[in-house]
Amino acid sequence: MTAAQAQLSGMSRFGAAALRRTGSYVLPFAVLAAAWQFASLFFPPFLFPSLVDVFWRCLSIVGDWSQFSDVVATVLRILAGLAGAFAIGALFAVMMARSRAVHDFLSPILTLFQGIPALSWVVFAIIWFHGIEPRIFFIMVMTTLPAFSFQILGALQAMSRDLTEMVMSFRPTRLKLFRSMIIPAVLPDILTAWKVNLGNASRVVVVAELVGATGGVGYELLQQQQVFDMVGALAWTLQLVFFVLIVQAILTLIERIAFRYRAVSERTL
Amino acid sequence: MAIQLAGVSKVFGKPGSAGAYLAVDKIDLQVEQGQMLALLGKTGCGKSTIFNMVAGLTEPTEGRVTVDGRNPFGDFDAFRGRMAIVFQNDRLLPWRTAVQNVELGLEILEKSASERRGIAMSWLEKLGLRGHENDYPHALSGGMRQRVSIARAFATNANILLCDEPFSALDEMTARRLRGEFVRLVKENGKTAIFITHSINEALEIGDRIIVLKRPATIALDIPHKETDFREHEEAIRKRIQDVLAA
Repeated sequence: MTAAQAQLSGMSRFGAAALRRTGSYVLPFAVLAAAWQFASLFFPPFLFPSLVDVFWRCLSIVGDWSQFSDVVATVLRILAGLAGAFAIGALFAVMMARSRAVHDFLSPILTLFQGIPALSWVVFAIIWFHGIEPRIFFIMVMTTLPAFSFQILGALQAMSRDLTEMVMSFRPTRLKLFRSMIIPAVLPDILTAWKVNLGNASRVVVVAELVGATGGVGYELLQQQQVFDMVGALAWTLQLVFFVLIVQAILTLIERIAFRYRAVSERTL
Repeated sequence: MAIQLAGVSKVFGKPGSAGAYLAVDKIDLQVEQGQMLALLGKTGCGKSTIFNMVAGLTEPTEGRVTVDGRNPFGDFDAFRGRMAIVFQNDRLLPWRTAVQNVELGLEILEKSASERRGIAMSWLEKLGLRGHENDYPHALSGGMRQRVSIARAFATNANILLCDEPFSALDEMTARRLRGEFVRLVKENGKTAIFITHSINEALEIGDRIIVLKRPATIALDIPHKETDFREHEEAIRKRIQDVLAA
């Protein structure tokens, strides 16, 4: 085999592997879409509309700024809420990891918050706040804060004592300890926390917008419900789903790059 | 005197309580500049506790530990770059390549990136790891990983080296070869070293002074010697150590 042939064979192997990966990712969605489309042949459009109609409606939302701005507003609300909850949660987690007294004080409060339903936070927010944005931000933060706090706390507590001791033996400054040990050690759990909370946040934001907003995907879904427009309901839902999928893909990409050091066993779970 | 322990005791748990455990009992010990002390004793005799107190990672319950006249626990930051540790297991950061692991101490000492890389590469080369600098720890064998950890300790050019059974997890052939390299590097670079071991052979091979501990860590035997004396009296020394450990 010549060098050129070997290179071609290597490229085709890489191409086949990429195709297999893409295929395994797309297949479940294709099966679900086919089942829905099949159902649309037998049910009225207000129950199971054709996916072709949904597709065109999705395009019209994306192509029309007056509608797409609602999607953008929802996305920004999710990201702002998650960022706020992450910042406060990380602070709480560090404080709890450093002090037993803070841990004993904050832990029951966060557990209590965790037990309060999202809808209750919506009601509290409507009573406590005037503006729409502060209301939604508050709801997003309160519903995702306990999970972020506990997940980051868990990551800090699970940090290898041996490795921390090794880094400490070089007498690093607090900032250097953070950069060289703590952040890399907790990053996997932080990314997982973001992935989990992203799903939760996208569900909660819709509830918050349904009740208390005059714009956003939740508000638009309410409009579709009032006119029994299933095509619109699906198209608006899909906007949010696409956003979640895109962010999940970005987080997965970050994971792939950041955790390339991990050994991969040939015999996996 | 490089390292000094004066009447040092360490109790784990609340002193006097039922669960309290006396790990080190009023130990007095001096290690001279440039000396390579082998601290020998059975498992659980308090070797690692002494080690951690000298490293400044734990505080004595009673007595005083000084390194170059300062308290390694209280003046923790003052020892930055002056003390390096080789641990029992390699303790490499899994998210860093071999060369990045060696650079860790140099980063903490705020050396420039190019200087860090130059020093780290030269130590990896000295320890026979050229070509593996970009490998992650999982891709290295146990012996290679331990050599990276030795390179990491030497790279900071610390005057005092503390080694906690660094070769105990390796096979005898690899351990013997690394011990040889280690002794050569310590002597060439004029370091003061405390080497913890539970192996009589290793203590005889490495130390130019051997201290045998009995539980709770008190000095049962102190054998200062020069290399020539050691070779002449190896069997006699071995016999004395064995007798003390057996007792």
